[in-house]
Parts: sequence; structure tokens; C-alpha cells
Amino acid sequence: MPGAFDRFTDPGLAGRIIGRIRELHRKIPGSNPVPLMEVCGTHSHLLGKSGIRDLLADVVEYRSGPGCPVCVTALNDLDALIDFSLRENIILVIFGDLLKVPGTRGSLQEQKARGARIKLVYSILDVLELARQNRNAEVVFVGAGFETTAPGTALLIKEARAAALKNLSVFSLHKLMPPVLRQLLGSGRSDIRGLILPGHVAAVTGRRVFDFIASELGCPAVVAGFEPLDVLHATALLLEMAAGRSPAVINGYPRVVSETGNTAALAAINGVFTPVEANWRGFGCIEGSGLGIKEEYSEFDASRRFGITPLDSAAPWQSKCRCSEILRGELAPRDCPLFGTGCTPDHPQGACMVSGEGACSSYF
Amino acid sequence: MAQSPLIELAHGDGGGLTRELIAAVFARHFANPILGRQEDAAICPLPGGRVAVTTDSFIVDPIFFPGGDIGKLAVCGTVNDLAVMGARPLYLTAGFIIEEGFSVELLEKIAASMACAAAAAGVHIVAADTKVAEKGAVDQLFINTTGIGLIEGSLCLGADQVRPGDRVIVSGPVGNHGLVILASRMGLDLNGGLVSDCACLWPVISAVISDFPVKFMRDATRGGLATVLKELAVSSGLDVVVREESIPVCREVIELSQMLGVEPYYLANEGRFIAVVPEAAAPGLVERLHQFELGRGAAVIGTLHEGSGRVLLHTRFGGTRVLDFLRGQHIPRIC
Repeated sequence: MPGAFDRFTDPGLAGRIIGRIRELHRKIPGSNPVPLMEVCGTHSHLLGKSGIRDLLADVVEYRSGPGCPVCVTALNDLDALIDFSLRENIILVIFGDLLKVPGTRGSLQEQKARGARIKLVYSILDVLELARQNRNAEVVFVGAGFETTAPGTALLIKEARAAALKNLSVFSLHKLMPPVLRQLLGSGRSDIRGLILPGHVAAVTGRRVFDFIASELGCPAVVAGFEPLDVLHATALLLEMAAGRSPAVINGYPRVVSETGNTAALAAINGVFTPVEANWRGFGCIEGSGLGIKEEYSEFDASRRFGITPLDSAAPWQSKCRCSEILRGELAPRDCPLFGTGCTPDHPQGACMVSGEGACSSYF
Repeated sequence: MAQSPLIELAHGDGGGLTRELIAAVFARHFANPILGRQEDAAICPLPGGRVAVTTDSFIVDPIFFPGGDIGKLAVCGTVNDLAVMGARPLYLTAGFIIEEGFSVELLEKIAASMACAAAAAGVHIVAADTKVAEKGAVDQLFINTTGIGLIEGSLCLGADQVRPGDRVIVSGPVGNHGLVILASRMGLDLNGGLVSDCACLWPVISAVISDFPVKFMRDATRGGLATVLKELAVSSGLDVVVREESIPVCREVIELSQMLGVEPYYLANEGRFIAVVPEAAAPGLVERLHQFELGRGAAVIGTLHEGSGRVLLHTRFGGTRVLDFLRGQHIPRIC
């Protein structure tokens, strides 16, 4: 019995789109591969896993963007968290990937081995349960991720208030996608000729919020889903625009993404969070690119409750690690002097090697 | 209603309670003449041949999962390590480290499951040990098993036997066990749809090695299919070239692993093995495997080539991807 998604992995159809991509590439002046950026780590992973990156290497240079939540977490935020994890009577609750990211003095995984109480969860419901079961401890959830995971954290805070859970708080590292893309493309340093936009983020925000990419910054973009054919289709559309069609932000994932997004999820985010300046690995501080907890929910804000402030960190290995340039699409992972030698998935030096969706890890 | 008894520290002190526990649980389920003597060491007859010895410790969470439990796993895991070396499993020892407060009823259920798996494999549990650790010092129950097996005739399996042109065969769909465990840990209800592949491989393997010129076998446990293929490539110095569309994976496994952000090729199996045979023997071996329940999904998945110890996966889109060892734990992604 064919499954619902088989048509999105159909090799025959893929072959036809690949033919179309090659045909379009011949219409673009110059024989070099066209630099496109897949913003989302899941797309980077898919390009490696399906072999598409390798298959199209002569026509498209896929560069990973700032769309892996672990990768863009700033070193000083991470160091603050690592320091905080050893405080007495704290249970730090995280989504898995954060565990292994190296800070200046070790990772959360190492702190765990030293006795820090760090719990991995799969759902915010698990966080509520942990808080209920450990009334005598302070349960601190680290909210990481973009518009996709922020609604869950917002609901967690609302639920904590409704259930009068006094021992639960949130350290928000949540970030927003549009501001960093504006920074990336507006810097004047980028030679990216098209963006593959994250379908999951757009499912929440709606396609429309990305219009500025084409209208103000002149860069073509396609919102893509996460099956191989989605990415191939997006690539073909971007090459069409690179070949002369006027730039636009096209919805290549209409089976999930609407113009205006998921209003319930957006309402949850807007109810609890407010845009604040956030620090991004590779980009520095960007105004309005993070989600801080609103005043009216301040009792659930771990950074206020415990006075967690970003540390002034500068790691010795930073001089060689090229995560920053990789996240901006200026370098490919193989251009980093540490790639595969000083930095491997077993012994990551930079954040991009940690998550399976990090650029370096997906190239490895 | 009387509460079911719990394991106490005294059950591990070697005194009266220990003797009671042994009699009520272990001796009852594992009964055989060698164990029954209850001496300090089991005296086991060994017919002629080379002896294979292996040991493994089991600390699975959860201890009961769809398709098995820690006891079945502790028997099958060790038996399978003997079997893939071509050794007929004869004897097992079992060491139990039990957390204070563990239910005697569950312990008995696990012992019964071990006895059942041992019977299916044709092995006797000839020695056992029980220790009780303070509450919190271990997580419910850890089991160590050591297996002793016998290699008959001149059978010699190993990565040094394989040659370019040989075919790689997998005995059935991969990824089920690892995914079932991961899903159970996450509290996902599988609705009885997906169960662990945990099973004893000796009956299948004994038929295979007597009829086919097998050169290399390994069960694809931790690290999954990809890790075993990489071990084969590194040990032989050859490239293992695999076609993605020929690798058997159940639809439920594909869909659920996509949802969780893990890959079936890296998920553990507890009842699947990889075999390498000369090209001419491959179709016959697959056909033979198909006659067994455990070999129903068997398929030729790849070929060995001159190379440098790489595993190359040809994807269904015509791309090539390099598979490496499993790195670290399976950690579901953030988004």
C-alpha cells in the first residue's frame, strides 16, 4: 500500500525536476554553481540524507543558514546556562540537542556528569509533570527554537499560571526568523541568490511575513516542505527566478502553509512574549529578534527570578572555529580548519557540529 | 488485597531470604540439572570443537516494551552474539543487580521470559547471581549474561574473509527495536502496531551456515545497520556500497522515525543480522531466509568493492551519501 507521502519521494518525478533544474542552470550566465541558502537545519539534514546536495553539486551550492536553534545560541547565553545548571536545588529542563554544545568551560552534558540535575524532555507536558513531582525544587525550562517551538513554551507558561505552579520558570532563548534574514541579506556581504525558507516556521507565521525578502531586499525565496521533492521543487523555482523571472516569495508548501499562518499559535506567542534584542552566534545582537517574557508573566521568567545574565565569554578555540561564517552562508563547513579534524560529531568544538541538523554535522 | 512482595536489601545478603528468592524465582524457572546442583561453579560438559565466549550487560529503559522485556533481551542478545560467530549456544550465566523495592512479581515475570527465550535457543542457564542495590543506586534491574557456545567443524567467519564482489544481506526489516524503545521512553502509544524484533537468531543461523558459504555475520544491535556496515568496511579495508531502496524498513518505522528525527539505519535491532556471501550464493541464501519467520524480509542490500573502508549509500534520487558510525545517543531534535 503506497503511503500518503510516497508522491513526495517519487524518484521518477524527482528525476524530471532534476532535469528541469539542470536546464534552468544552463540559462543562467556563468557556469558556476548557484549559491542558494537553506535556512533551516532540517533542510540541511535532508539535503545530505537524500544525496541531493551531492547530486546537484555542479549546479547548486547549498549553504546552510541560521535556522538550527542549537547552532545560533550565543556562546555567552550558553555559558550563563552552564554556570546556572550547577546552582543548588535547580532542575534544568531542556530539549535534547542543547546538551552537547560546548561552552567556554564544558557542556551541559559534562555538568550533568558532575551532578547537575538536567532532564531531557520531549514535550512541554513533561515539564509540567516534572514541576508537579518536584515541588521542593526549582524547575527551569530552557525555551529554545524559533516560531515553531515558541507557542509550546507560551502555553507552558499559561498552564503554569493556571495550575499555580510556583516552582516552574522559563529561560527563553527563543528567536524569530524574519529579523535575522533581514540582517543576513541586508549586510551587503551576502552573495546568496535565493532562500529556501523553513516550512514549519512559515506554517506558524504565514507566508506573508517573508515578503520583504523579495520586495525590499530583492532576493528570491521559496517556502519549502521537508520531503525531497519539496526541496527539489523549491530549487527549481529559485533557479527560475535566478534565470530572470522577477524575485518573489513563493509558497512551495501550500499543503501546510497559509498566507497568514496559524492564528492560535501566533496568539499564544503574542500573549506571553514580546520581541527583544537577542544575541545570535554568527550575527551578534539583533534588535527585536528574540522573544522575552512579558512583564505580566515576569514571575515565570527564570532570567529575572534567578538573575541569569549572559556571561562575557570568549573561548580560546573561537579563533579557529568558523561557525559564525558558516551560519551566515559565507563559508562551507569544509572551509573551516577544524572540520573533521579538531571538530567532529564525537568531539564538537563549535555548535554547528552538534545537532544532527547543524550544518557541519550534516556535511560530516 | 495483599500487596505483592518487594525486593529488600536482605534478598541479596546471601542468607535465608536470598535462598528463598532463588528457590521461588530463579531455580524454578531456570531449572536444569547443572544449575540444580547449586555449587560455587557450574560443571558443564563440552563436546569437541572451539569454544566461543561472550558477555553483555543489559540496562534497558523501559524494562518491559512491546515485543519483549529485559529478560528476553538478556538471553537473545548474548545468544545472538554467539550465533553470528557460528557458535551453537550451549550455556548461559545470568547476574541480576536488583534495585531495592523492585517487585518480586515482575522479577518472576522476567525470569519466566528468560526461561522461554533460553528454551527457544536451546541453551541452559547454568549459573546465576543475585545482588540487591540500595534504592536509587540502580534503575530497577540490570542483568548481565555470559554465553558459552561451540563452533563445530572448521567454520571461520570474519571481516578478513570477505572479498570485492561479495554480497551483503540483511535478514529482515531494520530499526524496529530501537524505535519501539525510543517511542516507549517518550510515552508514545504504538497501539500494538509496532513491536521490537527481539528474537533468538540461532535456529535461522544454524540452517544458513550449514548450507551456504557465509564469510561474515554480525547482529545489528547498538548503532544499527549503518554501524555494522561501517565496522565491516573498516575491518576489511573495502568499500561497502549499499542501495537505499533495497534496504528493508517497515512503513511504520519510516514514518515514526521521520517524526522523531532519527534514522532507521542507526536504530538498534535485537533480531536482525548482516551476512556476507559470494555473489553466486546470495540469491539462494535470501530464498532460504525467506522460509523462516525471522528472515521473511531478508534482502541483498549491497556489494563489497575495492576501496578505503567507506560505506556509500546510493539514494533513491541517484545521489550518494557516506554513512559513518553512530555518533552519540539518539536525541530527538528541537523542532
